[in-house]
Amino acid sequence: MSAPSSTRSRSRTGAEIAESVAVHTALLLAVAFALYPVLWVVTLALTSGGLGGQAGSAILPFPTSPSLDNFRIVLGGGGGGSRAWLFWQQVGNSLVVSLATAFVAVAIATPAAYAIARFRFIGSRAGMRTLLATQMFPAVASAVPLYLLLDALHLLDSRAGLVFVYASTAVPFAIFQLRGAFVTIPIDIEEAAMVDGATRTQAFVRVVLPAARPAIAVTALFAFMSAWNEFILAATLLSRETAFTLPVVLQRYVGEHDAAWGPFAAGAIVVSVPVMALFYIAQRQLISGLTAGGVKG
Amino acid sequence: MSARAVLTACALASVLATVTSAHADVAVWHAYRGAEERALVELAGRYEAERGVHVDLLAIPFEAYTSKLAAAVPHAHGPDVFIEAHERLGVYLASGLVAPVGDAFPDVDVTRYDATAVRAVTIDGVRFAVPLANKCLALYVNDALVPESPSSIDALAKRAPTFPPGTYALAYEAQSAYFHAPFLHAFGGAMLTDDGRFAFASAESARSLAFVRDLARSSAVPEEPSGDLVTKLFASGHAAAVISGPWLSSELGEALKYRIEPLPDAGAGGGRMRPFLTVEGAFTTPTGATRDEARAFARWLGGDASAVVRATVGQQVVANVAAWSDPRVAANAHLRAFHEAAANALPMPTSTRMRAAWEPANKAIQKVLRGDAEPADAVLEAQHRFDDATRPPPAPASPTPALLILGALLTALAFFGVKRARAPGFGAELRASVPAYKYVVHAAVAVVALVILPLTAGALTSFFAGPRDAPRYVGVENYVAILTARGGDLLGHGSFYVTLLVTVLWTVTNVTLHVALGLTLGIALSRPLLRLKTVYRVLLIIPWAVPSYVTALAWKGMFHRQFGAINAVLKALGAEPVSWFSHFSTAFAANVATNVWLGFPFMMVVTLGALTSISKEVLEAAEVDGATRFQRFRLVTLPLVMPALLPSVVLGAVWTFNMFNVVYLVSGGEPDGATDILVSEAYRWAFTRDAQYGYAAAYAVLIFGLLALGTRLTGRLTRKDAALA
Repeated sequence: MSAPSSTRSRSRTGAEIAESVAVHTALLLAVAFALYPVLWVVTLALTSGGLGGQAGSAILPFPTSPSLDNFRIVLGGGGGGSRAWLFWQQVGNSLVVSLATAFVAVAIATPAAYAIARFRFIGSRAGMRTLLATQMFPAVASAVPLYLLLDALHLLDSRAGLVFVYASTAVPFAIFQLRGAFVTIPIDIEEAAMVDGATRTQAFVRVVLPAARPAIAVTALFAFMSAWNEFILAATLLSRETAFTLPVVLQRYVGEHDAAWGPFAAGAIVVSVPVMALFYIAQRQLISGLTAGGVKG
Repeated sequence: MSARAVLTACALASVLATVTSAHADVAVWHAYRGAEERALVELAGRYEAERGVHVDLLAIPFEAYTSKLAAAVPHAHGPDVFIEAHERLGVYLASGLVAPVGDAFPDVDVTRYDATAVRAVTIDGVRFAVPLANKCLALYVNDALVPESPSSIDALAKRAPTFPPGTYALAYEAQSAYFHAPFLHAFGGAMLTDDGRFAFASAESARSLAFVRDLARSSAVPEEPSGDLVTKLFASGHAAAVISGPWLSSELGEALKYRIEPLPDAGAGGGRMRPFLTVEGAFTTPTGATRDEARAFARWLGGDASAVVRATVGQQVVANVAAWSDPRVAANAHLRAFHEAAANALPMPTSTRMRAAWEPANKAIQKVLRGDAEPADAVLEAQHRFDDATRPPPAPASPTPALLILGALLTALAFFGVKRARAPGFGAELRASVPAYKYVVHAAVAVVALVILPLTAGALTSFFAGPRDAPRYVGVENYVAILTARGGDLLGHGSFYVTLLVTVLWTVTNVTLHVALGLTLGIALSRPLLRLKTVYRVLLIIPWAVPSYVTALAWKGMFHRQFGAINAVLKALGAEPVSWFSHFSTAFAANVATNVWLGFPFMMVVTLGALTSISKEVLEAAEVDGATRFQRFRLVTLPLVMPALLPSVVLGAVWTFNMFNVVYLVSGGEPDGATDILVSEAYRWAFTRDAQYGYAAAYAVLIFGLLALGTRLTGRLTRKDAALA
């Protein structure tokens, strides 16, 4: 990735420019790689009324007669008036469920990860092993036991039940990720706080948590994404259209024999916009840890 | 903090928990979309106006339909009535999801419906659904290209040279057994015998395969035709005729002039092409069948007035006889053509064996079309596959040895527990541990209840076999069968060991590329003076942000042999186009490309987070000390980010090992199951091969064991992070 610039004494600016060009070229290539398949999805989304005129291979996808019909179909909830309201309600469901998942997962995992990183206690190693083990088991048949469990807890067909399922499945990753971050935070900073009279909990909340902000942001984003795109559990556990999340709504465009790819692609784009907006906001958290870290250096 | 977190969680729960809606009069589930859904909504409104009974409709995505019914109905959370295709009746009956419809379909109504439709919903003289609509394949013909009806498919194919260049005589989803069935029947073959035995391995079947292979060789039909491609070709006038169902017409615009005809003869020795007939019906669940309102609605839904609405609004080929004398229905030429086609179609068998028949037949067809096997050999191989999938469940085993082992394990556990507790210093250690438990207790409860318990329940099914409603304990038989390749060649095609090798290769390749790409981009993006940093960051997470279901299919389209963008690029560069899914190496590469694309943003984001733990001063100090860029990366950056990165790498490896979606959506295991990984094998056993959940669970437990062993070993070797191993 870096430019081949080992002699970097006199022509420092020249080498830096060359390096900057190299980095930008590499990044632009990566962006092209990231965007190219999505362009096909965008083309599909902008092509309305069946797929006429799209046959034949093209290197650069471009809609022959772009139209926003598919977006209208998706945003209108497949109909007018109350259906459009329904779609926005479902957007709301997705946002509430995913944000709550991110919040609950981080809230559950942070103290546990902190304890595993900082305390020696009986069962910590076994606990970590078990957490890793949960990620190894392919969930071929865990939908039915989950259904029974939520039924027993009277959380079936509620967004709260869905949030608890999503958050719990995100917890193992969250604990791993946060524990890794806590380990890299020097213990001196909390000890200094405790010398200044803070309790362990105060030191954790006021000193350690801010320093771990980047890792918390990554973890929250991950938990958010896992809930935002999950479809099969949401479709199985929810039984009211007004409670559906967006992936369930999107999947409705795929039938047994055929799929309405245009609206599906348009929906996929609509679904990804909030994620990018969220990431745009979250990335400030990702880099802010640099200054918050404090003592080290 | 922990108390506050619990409180917040509880508060959140109470806000989120929604009051369940008042009990609806009749709950109806369906997977209809578009016009069919509109018709159903209209009918529900009419019914409420006429009878004062509210009909609560719920539209469910097709992909989740069966699993949702299977989860909800046995626990009395299902609907009263659901709309479903008759061929799943056998499966639903075996799992207790349906009950006879009773007076929703009394004897006096028999003449109200098509005779074939009545037969389709009847098992042993008991009627299980009110027939609603018929679905089968027919021939869509482009008026401009083919003005007169083709006498046979063979005759149509022979006309291919007269069409404009780039135009195919016929397009249909040739790789699917459902679409091949009309050809199979034309040559006198069958999928199943009447008593549920596999009938695909026959000389007639081989002749039908030879016929479609010749069609493909003469370039009368396109290669690798997906449903999407068939639609595109016909809609754009690049296919003179296509074989498709009633669903296609809604995709075609007004501009195209076409007509629909029942399928003609195959020609070249083949007789009349008879497609499979699917009859959609209104089924009653065990609870719904006991409710008068539910049965009354089901009967009304099949009735004459409803049928006219379903035909005119929903464009359904209704199974109701009287509706066809309604002038608005009779005037619809497309519907009439499908009505005629349905009369000639063969109802799909309801036997549960049908589930296990599709995959072997699909594989045989694909192999012949690729030119990898002669038809006669391919159908024999299909027979082996079918026999393998439907082999009788192992004999029930006595649970005594398992109970003894369990007892011994518990005793040993108790012994070590007591020994540990009595060891010197344990009390002090425990007291020292108590503050830590305050921090972990809620995480432990959540993970045990919602992750570990369901997984354990799933794992326990690996000791059982047989039908879902009456599983029997078989001990470790499922494991023995997997590890001995069910008596077949241990290193043969699709054996556990070969698939394991593919899985390991898949995991190593993907994780290496994910980390390499994610780390490089993460480091590049954390350069302090980089311009447009935020723009790059947001653009680079797009592969993660767009739902993978649609992007994976976009990737599959890019690898298409004839119409894919990648081959277009290769052609532009002067290289030969590649048939991506015909060879293991290229199909594997296609899967890897897709999965790397999907996965690198995650690694990049994790790297960005991890890099923040390195202070600039350390790097500057290293630079002052004269370290080169590479030295700084290897000696300073890498060791410092590794602790934060390692959990994601380990978990990434575990997830990739179990990454089922990409393999399923992109290569689909092609060629011939060679690119399948262990977890996709497990899914196939659970969902496409006779629903052998126990067997699939045994696969899952083996995968779990392998991964546990693998991470343990790598942990030992690297000794980077003891707690991970």
